Amino acid sequence: MAYPQAALPPPVSPPSVKVILTSAELARVVDRIAHQILEKTQGAAGTVLLGIPTRGAPLAHRLAARINAFEDIDVPVGVLDITLYRDDLRRHAVRAIGPTEVPAEGIDGKRVILVDDVLFSGRTVRAALDALSDIGRPSSVQLAVLVDRGHRELPIRADYVGKNIPTALAESVKVTLAETDGADEVKLIGGAA
Amino acid sequence: MLKHLLSGADLDAATATLILDTAGEMARLAGREVKKLPALRGRTVVNLFYEDSTRTRISFEAAAKRLSADVINFSAKGSSVSKGESLKDTALTLQAMGADAVVIRHPASGAPHTLANWVDGSVLNAGDGTHEHPTQALLDAYTMRSRLGRVAGLSVAVVGDVLHSRVARSNVLLLATLGAKVTLVGPPTLIPVDIGTALAPGTEVSYDLDAVLPTSDVVMMLRVQRERMADSYFPSAREYARRYGLDGPRMRRLPDHAIVMHPGPMNRGMEIAPEVADSPRSTIVEQVTNGVSVRMAVLYLLLGGMNR
Repeated sequence: MAYPQAALPPPVSPPSVKVILTSAELARVVDRIAHQILEKTQGAAGTVLLGIPTRGAPLAHRLAARINAFEDIDVPVGVLDITLYRDDLRRHAVRAIGPTEVPAEGIDGKRVILVDDVLFSGRTVRAALDALSDIGRPSSVQLAVLVDRGHRELPIRADYVGKNIPTALAESVKVTLAETDGADEVKLIGGAA
Repeated sequence: MLKHLLSGADLDAATATLILDTAGEMARLAGREVKKLPALRGRTVVNLFYEDSTRTRISFEAAAKRLSADVINFSAKGSSVSKGESLKDTALTLQAMGADAVVIRHPASGAPHTLANWVDGSVLNAGDGTHEHPTQALLDAYTMRSRLGRVAGLSVAVVGDVLHSRVARSNVLLLATLGAKVTLVGPPTLIPVDIGTALAPGTEVSYDLDAVLPTSDVVMMLRVQRERMADSYFPSAREYARRYGLDGPRMRRLPDHAIVMHPGPMNRGMEIAPEVADSPRSTIVEQVTNGVSVRMAVLYLLLGGMNR
């Protein structure tokens, strides 16, 4: 039986996907940031790494592991959930709260390095700074990100950047990690093909 | 997520679990130096209490304040309600003031449901008549989970004045949703016929506390309301205490891991002996602490997101 020819919607070209970092490149970038932390902090003494969920948390653990591999130093690692400190809570459906785990040593008087996957508007980092001030008083706060894609809306910059990726606002940067997504990769999605 | 929390029946297993998980994160706040979060900054929560209740009102107030909401306490005594203002007019006043949430305690069963039709904000039932008290059931479930590690599969005995207990009703509904087995225990005059099957199939009824104790993981004692002593629900306070009161020897018939709960306020020596209330099995003080965390979770989940 012949089906009547339905009017087909105009073809939509799939968004372009460009791999920015492969698994091996991502590992090298993490190694480089670990070295930079050791260099800039002169041995990472008195340093605490705090990952911002979701993907900042495994990145913080990886950085600590690499720092340990290079210099045999144990850097305490924690997780800082910033959900309740976001300034856009009322604009979205309610978000589930994740755990905040501060290392047993606390963060008072320590050099805290916030770790996140992508630095974009800077609003997540602003929320993280608010959250930090509620759990203690670090001596200083630094920021490490895997990717800086620009388009800052607040006066915030990272101390350690894995890769700068110039992007259009219409594009998105997708970081996947083995711990959370099954594979390591950074992709640029959308924009002009 | 829901807009209102009116009944234990509003919650499916996934939503109830989300509330308990969120409460767990809120509880970590209690250990911090700064016990305040900015999540509900700029929101207004009204505590509308038509019945006296220090415990529940303070718990909701502390929860809202820890999330940085503005709190307005409205008690019917000494307000325009005593001049004859109706619930609807009060609701319209709250609406005009821009209340984002109304926490209501009312002697009439169903008042929160009615209020929910009149206000745009969220309505939270903080106890209506002899009907329901859903946040109490949530904090009870949270307490069971934190003490025993789970709710599903637990055997819970709810003992005492089930007839007048909103705590019992909400607990039966929520515990059934979360997979616990509930047995209602008390004198036949205080357990409505078929209440178990009417609320949640699988709920059992027993008139013999001693027979239920050895297989219970949780014993939840309900308050015997002394103001009803004159009624003929049971012969005397002494006889009630002898048959349905939880004393030391009875407590020792429980399995080693079992806990004893009470929503408070207690009648020491009546439904619960001081020896039991002060024992390590008793979770009565923990329940109060957990109440704040659970109410923070509920307020955040109802108000934290986009306005609908």
